[in-house]
Amino acid sequence: MKLPEVAPQLLFEPDPATVRVAGQWTTSVVDEAERMIASIDWPTGTTVRVDGADITALDTGGACVLKRCLAELEDRDCAVELCNLSDRHRAVLALLGDVLEVAPPGPGRVSFLGRVGQSAMAQLSEAYSLAAFIGEVCLVFLRIALQPTRLRWRSMFAHVETAGFDALPIIGLLSFLVGVVIAYQGGAQLRAYGANIFIVELITLTTVRELAPLLTAILVAGRTGSAFTAQLATMKVSEEVDALRAMGIDPIEILVIPRVLALIVALPLLTVFADAMGILGGMVMASTMLDVSMHEFAQRIPQAISLTSFMIGVGKAPVFAVVLAVVGCFQGLQASGGAETVGSRTTLSVVEGIFLVVVADAAFSVLFSWLGV
Amino acid sequence: MNPQDEKVIEVRGLVSRFGDTVVHDRINLEVRRGEIFGLVGGSGSGKSVLLRTLLLLIRPAEGEVDLLGQGTDVMDSSTLNQLRRRLGILFQQGALFSSLSVLDNIAFPLREYTELSSAAIVDIARLKLDLSGLPPETAAKFPRELSGGMLKRAALARAIAMDPELLFLDEPTAGLDPVSANAFDELLLKLKHDLGLTVVMVTHDLDSLWRVTDRVAFLGNKRILALSPMAELSESSDPMIAEYFSGPRGRAAGSEHRGTRSSVSDAGRRD
Repeated sequence: MKLPEVAPQLLFEPDPATVRVAGQWTTSVVDEAERMIASIDWPTGTTVRVDGADITALDTGGACVLKRCLAELEDRDCAVELCNLSDRHRAVLALLGDVLEVAPPGPGRVSFLGRVGQSAMAQLSEAYSLAAFIGEVCLVFLRIALQPTRLRWRSMFAHVETAGFDALPIIGLLSFLVGVVIAYQGGAQLRAYGANIFIVELITLTTVRELAPLLTAILVAGRTGSAFTAQLATMKVSEEVDALRAMGIDPIEILVIPRVLALIVALPLLTVFADAMGILGGMVMASTMLDVSMHEFAQRIPQAISLTSFMIGVGKAPVFAVVLAVVGCFQGLQASGGAETVGSRTTLSVVEGIFLVVVADAAFSVLFSWLGV
Repeated sequence: MNPQDEKVIEVRGLVSRFGDTVVHDRINLEVRRGEIFGLVGGSGSGKSVLLRTLLLLIRPAEGEVDLLGQGTDVMDSSTLNQLRRRLGILFQQGALFSSLSVLDNIAFPLREYTELSSAAIVDIARLKLDLSGLPPETAAKFPRELSGGMLKRAALARAIAMDPELLFLDEPTAGLDPVSANAFDELLLKLKHDLGLTVVMVTHDLDSLWRVTDRVAFLGNKRILALSPMAELSESSDPMIAEYFSGPRGRAAGSEHRGTRSSVSDAGRRD
């Protein structure tokens, strides 16, 4: 008994004013009827007969469009007279009732100032929660320091492996390439003055003091900080964190502390590795482009860079590690609601992590220039 | 032809297979226009596979599936998509798009499939929201802000957005409290009456089976073991079926509904 796909039809006869509604008024094809309604030049202030004798099918979607047409006529002060409509079709039309009469609830509009205020309050409350989280982590950390058996060593070393060891290839390759690039760019300038040998100072100082720690931290933010957030957010959303709490186990102790400590261990080691690979990249470039042999280069390194510079570079790494791990875990545990918050929290964690690492690096620069090291 | 006898779904000799595992072995099935058809069976009996086959998401290994009077085995993908627009589906978890408000969720298929003006789409969506028994304020909310029962209703509103001729429900009352589950059953009966919907539902909810279904198919041993109204099915002598319905839950649901069943089916057939 499938109805043939007959398009909806609408004929308007001006004298006497009659609308003939015919054909199939179903949701999938009723857009045509709507176009016809829009194209007709409707009268005003008369009585209009609406003849539905030839409607073959009418569903709720079609009824909605028909009702809108009738409402349009009423807006033009026309009296509408429905006739020849079958009982079935009348019943469908009646289903609409007065649902459409009530104005749709508009989305609550907030003024510009209101939005500024809302977002400022949201930022403030997030900052407040972050401060509370840092405080909590410190307290748990102190408790563990007094009672080292409470530390989850296994979990910590597993994180050292995934965050540190597994990151060696990518960090090595990237540092090597950055070393090559700096040697190439700087070398061209130095050669113009015949100061080829100073390439050693250029490479080692920039790499060891600034680039290696910063680059490693940024890579780890993308690689490990995001992973921390995604893991913890998934656990939070699937109520695993609540399950831990209900068992009387502190989620900070079992989830956050091992991650923070693992990163404090892994990031300085990765930074030293990045130092070595960056200098190696510079050495390769110097020997091929600037006629500074690897031997000469290596001999000059101790003169070029002091132990203090090296320690400053590596010393930043644990600070960056704490920033990244705390931000990653904090964002993960802030997740609530559905699975979609896992994604948004992860994005936020990476952006915030990199931002704070750069801010911390700038703070270090200011500090060291005051101290004159 | 009496519309009550029109077959909306006709399955002949359906075989479903994954590798060497046969899930269905030559199943025959008919669903008539205007009925609420229940699909039951133990875990792993292939209910979901059958539902997905009827939804045209899985192609059968052998046999034919006719939907709304059209054979589906030789259809190309664009004809299949046309046919799919006439089906509605309510997934178990609702599957509402989390990034859209409830109203936009309901309006989504209308925006995709039709060229209606956005004012008309909003009107239709609001009507569907009302038909699903949700208050108008729900429109602006997001799925994560809804309770389980409201989520199911909103998902139902999206399923009927295009006025489908055939509606599939996958465990519609699972995870609902008894009050919401009862209300959902009533809603289903009302929609069937008002819109002339044909409904195929997979469910484990025995109360729901007694309350709303006209006929129930019992899947087991790769075949349909029985296909009859609930009252008959619960008396079946087949050991698998008897075990399913004779547990304490089955007996409780049965004894409560057996008395009222006839009046309910009369009410359902008023149209």
